[in-house]
Amino acid sequence: MKKPRSNFGMQGLRSEKEKYSIFSLARNAFTHHENWAQAWKSPEPKTEYDVIIIGGGGHGLATAYYLASQHGMKNVAVIDKGWLGGGNTGRNTTIIRSNYMWDESAGIYEHSLKLWEKLSQELNFNTMFSQRGVLTLAHSEHELKEMNRRVEAIRLNGIDSDVLNPAQIKKLVPIININPNLRYPVMGGFIQRRGGTARHDAVAWGYARAADNLGVDIIQNCEVTGFNIKNGKVAGVQTANGPIKAGKVGCVVAGHAGVLAGLAGFRLPIDSRPLQALVSEPIKPILDTVIMSNSVHMYVSQSDKGEMVFGAGADSYNSYAQKGSLNIIEGMLAAAVELFPVFSRLRMLRSWGGIVDTCPDASPIISKTPIDNLYFNCGWGTGGFKATPGSGHVFADLIARNEPNSITAPFTLNRFVDGYLIDEHGAAGVAH
Amino acid sequence: MLYIKCPWCGYRDDAEFHYGGEAHIKRPFDADSLSDEEFSEYLFQKSNTKGLTLERWVHTSGCRRWFNVLRNTVTNEIIEVYPSNQLPSSQAGKEYYKNNWRRKSAAESLTTRQVEK
Repeated sequence: MKKPRSNFGMQGLRSEKEKYSIFSLARNAFTHHENWAQAWKSPEPKTEYDVIIIGGGGHGLATAYYLASQHGMKNVAVIDKGWLGGGNTGRNTTIIRSNYMWDESAGIYEHSLKLWEKLSQELNFNTMFSQRGVLTLAHSEHELKEMNRRVEAIRLNGIDSDVLNPAQIKKLVPIININPNLRYPVMGGFIQRRGGTARHDAVAWGYARAADNLGVDIIQNCEVTGFNIKNGKVAGVQTANGPIKAGKVGCVVAGHAGVLAGLAGFRLPIDSRPLQALVSEPIKPILDTVIMSNSVHMYVSQSDKGEMVFGAGADSYNSYAQKGSLNIIEGMLAAAVELFPVFSRLRMLRSWGGIVDTCPDASPIISKTPIDNLYFNCGWGTGGFKATPGSGHVFADLIARNEPNSITAPFTLNRFVDGYLIDEHGAAGVAH
Repeated sequence: MLYIKCPWCGYRDDAEFHYGGEAHIKRPFDADSLSDEEFSEYLFQKSNTKGLTLERWVHTSGCRRWFNVLRNTVTNEIIEVYPSNQLPSSQAGKEYYKNNWRRKSAAESLTTRQVEK
């Protein structure tokens, strides 16, 4: 089997684990940081696993980690067709929040946010989780009224949320333009102060290292090409490197969920579309809050490196091309420059797209499937990153117990038959 | 950026169009006779093909007319553009149409039955 292309600079390091701390940092400084232990192995796949997780992004790695740490299942493999964290985990704008209106969504996203709050300590890996606050803007009278209503619903679920007026927003974000004559004036907004950002790669790496430490095999550059299904029950997967037997299989592949469901012989209510983001050249600290505007589809925060990270709305058409149309970026940047005139001279460094799996009700699917022992976790659409720890935690629970718990039960695939949709398109204000 | 040839206005970039999703989904006339599973299949299940797909577009900022497109969702290559009340005429389009799971779905068999009456 081929060696993985990259371990992001962690290649060629010694094998045994060591705890990351200021002491290990100092100790390794003496040897010019050339002797750090390898963060995770890249083993040859075994012939058989108790559980195979398809998809080595944050959600898949988190699932494997929680299977091992919470459910004692150590004979687990994570298989990815590329390198870990190379899909949407490495392509999103890293916004984390849990201010969703419906109870079901509040359940999963708040569960996730609580896990984020102690994740760096738990994994012994700095995920750079920064609760800098997420501010969502309202640009019209009725959007503001709806926002007030939503904030009350969110608070009833015990999740922090505050409505701000334009003067309070200006105080919090001095560079924002609150001139009432704008095409889309800032009429107000609401903030979740516990929301924020995290380092996307670090989340994948942290879970990979912790899962590997518990005996999980992480197998990269190994595409799953089919399922072995016997009498309606999954028995393993076919891969580019040959078949691997498995007692249970969990599939967490975002934009390609529909493709893998097709390989297993069923269909999903999912459309795969490009979602674009871009970053500017790095500048001095200028914005210490995450700003979202759902009606003009502009999402911006400043990374720790100083780059302004912009997210746009999803492209309208289905695609697997990992790139979108320029007019989407133009529209987003027009809104950004109107709201932040100071950005007009910023040069953009890179833009990219990821393929997001959108459900008709903008809520995820964490569910059993028509095939026994095959589970799908997909449909996170444009907002899966924030759910990484919670999604992995509850998906591991579903796989281990073969029964949904109170958090996953509403996100069953069957809701598209019985009609119990969790319609977050309107309630979450479109964006995720 | 897609460069789409509107059958009436010629080549324009995709900012002028709106996407109408999967083409050739026929609404069953007698939906009450479908089971919940069959109606869900009609209403919610997507082809979402990786590769060739038949889809609808409307030239919103131009002639405002609907039409169908055969496109490759991996390369974004547009292979055929044809009027919305017709079936594809290219070989690839014909094959995709014929082999699509909807042709065998309960919802679509109902529309055919109704039309035949």
